[in-house]
Amino acid sequence: MKIPLSWLKDFIDLDGLSVEDIARKLTLAGLEVDEIKYVGLPMPVYQDGEKHEFKTSGIAWDKEKIVVAEIREVNPHPNADRLTLLDLFDGQQAQTVLTGAPNIFHLKGQGKLPKPIKVAYAKEGAALYDGHAEGLQLMTLKRAKIRGVDSYSMVCSEKELGIAEDHEGIILLDDDAPVGMPLADYMGDAVLDISILPNMARNANVIGVARELAALTGRELKKPAIKFKTSGDSIDKLVSIEITDPELNPRFVLGLIRDVEIKPSPYQIQRRLKLAGMRPINNIVDATNYAMLELGEPLHAFDYDVLKERAGNKNVRIITRTAKDGEKLITLDGVDRKLTSMNMLVCDESGPLSIAGVMGGAESEVYDASKEVLDAKGIELKAGATPQGKISIRGRSTTTILLEGAAWNFINIRRTAKQHNLPSEASFRFSRGVHPALAEQGVKRGLQLMAEWSGGNIAPGLVDEYPLKPKDSVVEVRPKDVKRLLGIELSAQEIVDLLERLEFKCKVRESEIGNRKSSKKTDSRLPTPDSQITVTAPPHRLDIGQGTIGLADVLEEVARSYGYDRIPETRMADALPPQIGNPVNEWEEHLRDLLVALGLQEVVTYRMTSVERESRVIAHNEYVRIANPIAPEKSILRRSLAASVLDALEKNIHLSESLSFFEIGPVFEPLKNDLPNEPRRLAVAMTGLRDAAAWDMKDSPALDFYDMKGRIELLLSGLGFTDISFASTDSVNYLHPGKAAQVQVNGQAVGAFGELHPLVREKYELGDAPVLVAEFDLEILRGIAPMYAIAPVPEFPPILEDIAVIVDESVAASRLEVLIRQTGGKNVTNVRLFDVYRGDQVGAGKKSLAYSLTYQAADKTMTDAEAAAIRNKIVKRLEQEVGAKLRS
Amino acid sequence: MLDKLSEIEKTALDALGSVQDASSLDAWRVAQLGRSSPLMQVFSGFGALSKEERPIVGQAANKVKAALEAALAEKTEAVKRSALERSLSGEKLDVTLPGRTIHHGRLHPSTQQLRRVLSILAEMGFQVYTSREVETDEMNFQLLNFPPHHPAREMQDSFYVEAEGREENPVLMRTHTSPGQIHAMREFAAMNPKDPPSIRIALPGMCFRYEQITARSEIQFNQVEGLAVGKGITFSNLKGTLIDFAHRMFGQNARTRFRASYFPFTEPSAEMDVECFVCGGKGCAVCKNSGWLEILGCGMVHPVVLQNGGYDPKIYSGFAWGMGPERQLMLRYKIEDIRYFWGNDVRFLEQF
Repeated sequence: MKIPLSWLKDFIDLDGLSVEDIARKLTLAGLEVDEIKYVGLPMPVYQDGEKHEFKTSGIAWDKEKIVVAEIREVNPHPNADRLTLLDLFDGQQAQTVLTGAPNIFHLKGQGKLPKPIKVAYAKEGAALYDGHAEGLQLMTLKRAKIRGVDSYSMVCSEKELGIAEDHEGIILLDDDAPVGMPLADYMGDAVLDISILPNMARNANVIGVARELAALTGRELKKPAIKFKTSGDSIDKLVSIEITDPELNPRFVLGLIRDVEIKPSPYQIQRRLKLAGMRPINNIVDATNYAMLELGEPLHAFDYDVLKERAGNKNVRIITRTAKDGEKLITLDGVDRKLTSMNMLVCDESGPLSIAGVMGGAESEVYDASKEVLDAKGIELKAGATPQGKISIRGRSTTTILLEGAAWNFINIRRTAKQHNLPSEASFRFSRGVHPALAEQGVKRGLQLMAEWSGGNIAPGLVDEYPLKPKDSVVEVRPKDVKRLLGIELSAQEIVDLLERLEFKCKVRESEIGNRKSSKKTDSRLPTPDSQITVTAPPHRLDIGQGTIGLADVLEEVARSYGYDRIPETRMADALPPQIGNPVNEWEEHLRDLLVALGLQEVVTYRMTSVERESRVIAHNEYVRIANPIAPEKSILRRSLAASVLDALEKNIHLSESLSFFEIGPVFEPLKNDLPNEPRRLAVAMTGLRDAAAWDMKDSPALDFYDMKGRIELLLSGLGFTDISFASTDSVNYLHPGKAAQVQVNGQAVGAFGELHPLVREKYELGDAPVLVAEFDLEILRGIAPMYAIAPVPEFPPILEDIAVIVDESVAASRLEVLIRQTGGKNVTNVRLFDVYRGDQVGAGKKSLAYSLTYQAADKTMTDAEAAAIRNKIVKRLEQEVGAKLRS
Repeated sequence: MLDKLSEIEKTALDALGSVQDASSLDAWRVAQLGRSSPLMQVFSGFGALSKEERPIVGQAANKVKAALEAALAEKTEAVKRSALERSLSGEKLDVTLPGRTIHHGRLHPSTQQLRRVLSILAEMGFQVYTSREVETDEMNFQLLNFPPHHPAREMQDSFYVEAEGREENPVLMRTHTSPGQIHAMREFAAMNPKDPPSIRIALPGMCFRYEQITARSEIQFNQVEGLAVGKGITFSNLKGTLIDFAHRMFGQNARTRFRASYFPFTEPSAEMDVECFVCGGKGCAVCKNSGWLEILGCGMVHPVVLQNGGYDPKIYSGFAWGMGPERQLMLRYKIEDIRYFWGNDVRFLEQF
């Protein structure tokens, strides 16, 4: 919402406050100023190192060099047909100024003007925007010769002064502009661009902002005095209203003004509208917009004569109702709109006139015969789009206005505006809630402005249907509530003062206890924690609730009005909470640390993916599906974390010689009639070189199955597990059937890993090296309690011995190790496989496994003979169990 | 004979003078002190000397031997020292060659930032509380005081999940971690429904909003919320706690300010700004010339939310706040494209 400072000053005295002071106060109170645009007023100059507070833009007008002047005569240029020479008085002396402005060209050569034209005059050296440049380029006005005539000054367009983008002609000021006055003093301005929070729709208008400022500064809010004369027949003899659904249309107010002359609004009004971001149209449309920007009540002006003609010259009956499905209306932007039963309409007896609160219809719109442009956006009605043909009076300008101010259901307006994609200043306000009390004020203010700017005569009275009055919000507030929730001690009177500034009505009732204790007259300035304040919300607010909610609503206003910055900072002092911790999260963080220590990079991927992407790895029948995906590749929630991590691997495959990724997170399993399961998973994917390349070390082998396995072993032992086993598996479809293992901890399957299946890897771009993938079910793994104790460090020296045995190819290495450990007992403290050999020396179908054994006793130094005895037992056992032969 | 001995000594010492390395030193030792050296031959020729000559020659020969041995020891030391010097000067490395690296792991930047935030909150007494990512409209909105069609819902466009027969209470991806406030309050309240205990929790987790994926907006992002509920918790406590947090997070001198704001589930609501740590508050592109950075939204827990959590708003009060770890990282490291976070490009991840 763009608020010109000059407009604010109509309603509050801001003397002594800088633009930045005002912006700061508003920002801290929740009316965040996004930007300050200076349009003439002096801009703050920041010294080096000084702090900025706001994003600023715009231009200051030099008081010496840019002034109000008057054109007395428009003369031809001796050498150029399209240029004129102005005979101009700047308050001190006469000047000759050259211009090409089209909007005074018609006065060329008429001699002395009967009424001088007031303009914005810039002298040599003035800083202005370049009117001819693209965008906003600052320039300094320099002396030049144009077609043989000396030019040293100019009359300005809005673009040159930074008021608007327009460079169509020069600004023609209102007749009462004082010649010689610095333009900055006459109409220098600054525009505050304020973000309106959803609960502060009441402040989406100039008076709303002024009211906030009044509360924040303790100054007086000066509301506009709405007074006007009326004449002729009263409106209730001409027009009636029928509201069919008060829930959707709680109030409808109409006023009438006759004999209006449609013409441009006064320049100062046009300027304010432009600064506020609206386009001036004519005095009638401008009056509706001006009243809306000022008060917050959107208004709609109908051409009364069109309605009368539609009614067959009988009384006009306005009916508000929902549309019939398929009903149509040509809106004032020329679009033929198909309506649905949700849309609220303003109709007469022959059909719809406008989409309530959103956009007017073309037929009954205010018509300016001197212009082809009709609507607020300046879009010309396309031929055929307007039903002018049906209405005989079209072709002459509107003279009688029926002015609507209404209250609508904000949800309904919101949905309609969204459905027809018609965001407008009106629907912005109505879709956030406008208090029905404003309908009457708005119509009156609109009529007043129309009369002022168009010379019209206001008909006596209003037609006002008000079937559904909102309930007054009444809230009981005690100083001790303020203390309990805000932490500040305020007396009842202080609270009342803060609230009354925002137009709350307050009534204080001293507590009986307080009165009994003290027979003296109570001083309302003293803290009176039990006294009760009955607070009634003002008739422009719909955001104050009842009971405890109302209390919170009112306390927010107390806090804002008091100033958040004045509330002291304290630490909590209530009872400490029960300590429940978060073992799941703590365990996962430990897991992350272990994985990082193993050289793995954590990735975080999208939860949303597509069936196509995920089924490259694994296909499921059911997925959790997104009803409104932003893109087809984000249409389901993942079920495989391995697929997500492989995607990340693929994206990086050309970026690094070696990639080792992991991710921990949920997958989503659909459930019938319930929210999906969100089990946590760990996925790991690795590919590339085992060792980092260095300048003197090349050709590292590629990572393979055993690199992955080693990391998994370290990970699981890091988690405190000792009973870890691996079994070959061919049941994980995306893994190579001969290079995959299922992992068991304490006999429970917790996950699987292995090399990616060649058919799966074909679907990826993953280079030539083996790709290793693992996925673990953390729900299971987390459920297994680690059981381990730290062994004492041995005191006696070990005996180390290597033995190699030849076994059939089919014998698993793990089987041999188990047998060695079982047979060796506690005195064999380590068994390490250090070589696997296949070849001529051991024969076909055989392999040789070489182990390094550590013999060690806890209580003495072991002798060679004792070690040999154990070894013999082991060899014998291996021979018996798996037919192993000791290799000599 | 004595002349011969002095001749031997002179010759040997002269020869030693030209010895430079260990092998010629050894050759010298063999030639001058070895069994067949002239000196040793003098010793072995003792038998041919007269009784009178023997002690004189013997003494002289021993003296020569001692002199040669001393010279040998000295030379040995010198040769060793010069050999060491030669080898040291020959073993000079180019210390500017790159070091040998290893493939090492890192946490994702979001995890790193979450840990920073959560560890501070843990020290302040806020325990981590996690909850599900797919939620109902009721948990995500209605119980948090966002009625259907409420304007504030437009600030949080949602991804809906296909589910039949749930028009009244659709299933969606949570748009914030706040449903966890309800889960947590109900869980705590269940411990003692008559007199529920106080709560201090931090709610981290992934959230989802229907946005186009651009440099500035993402469909998923992490959030950390804090929640304190108890008897007598005030807005003044909110300020004190969050300023404490800001000092831990951004430095003990970090300046803060509280601006009134609006969130449906808190009232009064505020935004806490921290003085821009990029420019020190002077105004820059990061803070859009305001000198302040929006760091978190906060407020007193709305009475409706307390009630829905099982806490009587007439007795209990509390505050909550929320912030974005990715946004904090973007501000801190001047990251201009939010898509980097889930892009998982190693060239981004390796910088953390």
